[in-house]
Amino acid sequence: MTAPDKSAGSMTPTRRSTFEWLSRYGTLGVFFLLIVFNMAVTTNFLSWQMLNVNLTQVATIVIVATGMTLVIATGGIDLSVGSLMAISGALAPMIFLGTILPIPNTALAISLAFVLPVIVVAGFGWFNGFLITHYRIQPIVATLVLFIAGRGFAQVMTNGNLQTFQNDTFQFIALGRIFGVPVQVIIMLVVIAIAAFVIRRTGLGRQIIAVGGNEKAARLAGIPAARVKRLVYVISGALSGVAGLIVVARNSASDANLVGLGMELDAIAAVAVGGTLLTGGRANVLGTLLGACVIQLVRYTLLANGVPDAAALIVKAGLIILAVYIQQRASKG
Amino acid sequence: MLLSMKGISKSFANVTVLTEAALEVGAGEIMALIGQNGAGKSTLIKILTGAYLRDTGTAQFEGREVEFRSTAESQTAGIATIHQEINLAPNRSVAENIYLAREPTRFGLVDRKKMRSDAVAMLGRFNVDIDVDRPLGDFGAATRQMVAIARGVSQNARLIIMDEPTSSLDEREVAVLFETIRKLKTDGVAAIFISHRLDELYKICDRVTIMRDGSTIAVSNMKDISKIELVRTMLGKELTAFTASDRTREGSSTETLLEVKNLRAGPRVSNVSLSVRKGEIAGLAGLLGSGRTETARLIYAADHFNDGVVLLDGNPARFAEPADAIGAGIGFVSEDRKVEGIVPEMSVRENMTLAILPRLQKSGIVDHTAQQQIVDKYIKALGIKCASPEQAIRELSGGNQQKVLLARWLCMNPRLLIVDEPTRGIDVGAKAEILKLLRALADDGLSVLMISSELEELIAAADRVTVLSDGYSVAQLAADELSEHRLISAMAHQDEAAA
Repeated sequence: MTAPDKSAGSMTPTRRSTFEWLSRYGTLGVFFLLIVFNMAVTTNFLSWQMLNVNLTQVATIVIVATGMTLVIATGGIDLSVGSLMAISGALAPMIFLGTILPIPNTALAISLAFVLPVIVVAGFGWFNGFLITHYRIQPIVATLVLFIAGRGFAQVMTNGNLQTFQNDTFQFIALGRIFGVPVQVIIMLVVIAIAAFVIRRTGLGRQIIAVGGNEKAARLAGIPAARVKRLVYVISGALSGVAGLIVVARNSASDANLVGLGMELDAIAAVAVGGTLLTGGRANVLGTLLGACVIQLVRYTLLANGVPDAAALIVKAGLIILAVYIQQRASKG
Repeated sequence: MLLSMKGISKSFANVTVLTEAALEVGAGEIMALIGQNGAGKSTLIKILTGAYLRDTGTAQFEGREVEFRSTAESQTAGIATIHQEINLAPNRSVAENIYLAREPTRFGLVDRKKMRSDAVAMLGRFNVDIDVDRPLGDFGAATRQMVAIARGVSQNARLIIMDEPTSSLDEREVAVLFETIRKLKTDGVAAIFISHRLDELYKICDRVTIMRDGSTIAVSNMKDISKIELVRTMLGKELTAFTASDRTREGSSTETLLEVKNLRAGPRVSNVSLSVRKGEIAGLAGLLGSGRTETARLIYAADHFNDGVVLLDGNPARFAEPADAIGAGIGFVSEDRKVEGIVPEMSVRENMTLAILPRLQKSGIVDHTAQQQIVDKYIKALGIKCASPEQAIRELSGGNQQKVLLARWLCMNPRLLIVDEPTRGIDVGAKAEILKLLRALADDGLSVLMISSELEELIAAADRVTVLSDGYSVAQLAADELSEHRLISAMAHQDEAAA
């Protein structure tokens, strides 16, 4: 009926708008609070090195979480990202080390090592989307398949062995710097910028939001809902692939058991804290960046002040609960 | 008086929704509650049932001062609510639904036998004879409603609130529902009956409470107030539109745009043929379940047919997806605005331009200027009331949402617009506006295929009507043959043959 009628249950609009305000600016507020707190308490907080440490820690999470944001915007979820990282991370060294097939031309080998793994895991992403759109399997179950099997593939490919390497050209993706900025941070910023642009300005972005907001209506409005959904899983897969390359390049080693372990949860946490509705129909890419930064900064703050990592996990969980609670209260109606 | 609410007011933040609202219902009385969208009916009902708390005013139920703090409290006190979208559990059996959350127990376990027999007895009171072990979802809307009522009565309700109970029922089912309500009445159970269909009020209600702008402005015996008077009071002005006379039927050409021959798909559509000429409003009538909506969805390729042909300009149209139908210049306004129409979180602007996104893009990027021009144009042209084009569509009233959805299709300059129940659940004023708009568009050459359950609406708006019955097209009525009587007998045709 009238607009205020739409507000939820017996909650008064004043309280609702408080939550709305919190859901919009809460993460940003926490982010600044943490910075101010650290400036006062943590030694050497305002240093170039500290910034680089934190940014490189957060880069892969943000890259994966960006894909996750798009998936969640369509009302889905992608649990397979960590395992896909392991596949891409296992594949790349095998290509430039010549394990699969010796490639004499190093430039070609390195290029292939960048491109092929990403294409392969993007293909796995398509498979996720295919299960979801063709067989109408719930995303959480469909992507659970590759969450389990994906890491298995990576282990089978490498016989469970650790691959170590020293290759400056390949490792430029993680260790290199352009004007003093780590390359992985630049990749992160580019991915975020493109995703934000796609969501805000392109037809595809609007289609993603429409499919997540009301799939039936979107389909009747001529939006190819199945294609859009498959595409976001392909994007999520490809970005996981990129993140996998960065992680192995950073470590000079690829361990299929460890690459991307737990990444799905970090990515989902970043999306949730960043203010994207987990039910779909909204995407806040910049929020995801902020969410990942807040989670990282909380962890850093606790570690730098002598709190063990295990305790930091509990705080992280608390943050997620708070974020989801605020969002729910804000979006009811 | 069973219920007496007086001087009720309610504001949300700075917006006053109710001022001096009142509602009285006697024992065994059927009270109609009417008003335009935004008049405050829902808020008043929510205050009564405890979903909202009132700011001021008094409420007495069975002579006792009450202020319910939750819907559970009001239920315990004897007030049952049956909603537009019935909120029962479709996967559970009928019996389980009637006794949901208060199952009869024996030694701490659910006594299924007793629950079953109680359910049968309860439904038997309303002459509903169905298998209570089957999942509720197997049954039609009317039966589900009956089950919801049985649930209310079995909770010993003395007052049943029915919010648009007939909006998804066909005439036959409405008759059954009214029979049930009358039976309850003789048992002393009262009802508050909210409906946009005025004719029904005269059939079932004793008195009517009319609300406007958050206040109760009139209470009258049903038999003492004429329909015109009722509408005039509700709107607070003279009603001008919504008549059959102020339009010409001769304007439409004889050229056929769409022809559907021998369509068959699934259990609902057995053999349907119909045609739509250029620049006419073709009506599609039939009882609920006769295959009206299904036929529309087949033409639009939202579903696929097994047999038959769809001809557009005489050429077979083979659409794989709604997108293909859109490409051929066909638009489709679905009957369920909330479920299949609006994208609630998106703005008016984005909802309106959803179907023309491909055309608004330059190498993938949406042309905002062009988009804004289109949106401004249609907000003005259709008189859409919104704070700004950026307002979320869910915050608009039903009538305005429907206008945005119409604009979604009009902005692509369609050749054929299929509208399924275009005026469902919207107030009388907006109804007349939408029908007028469709007529104006048809006069400009647009072909419209209009599905409606409201016979008077079809008679007023359509140039021709195809009548469906049980999946077959059974009659074609020209403008001069259109009357309620003709339509009803055509709709009943197949039923009589089958019975």
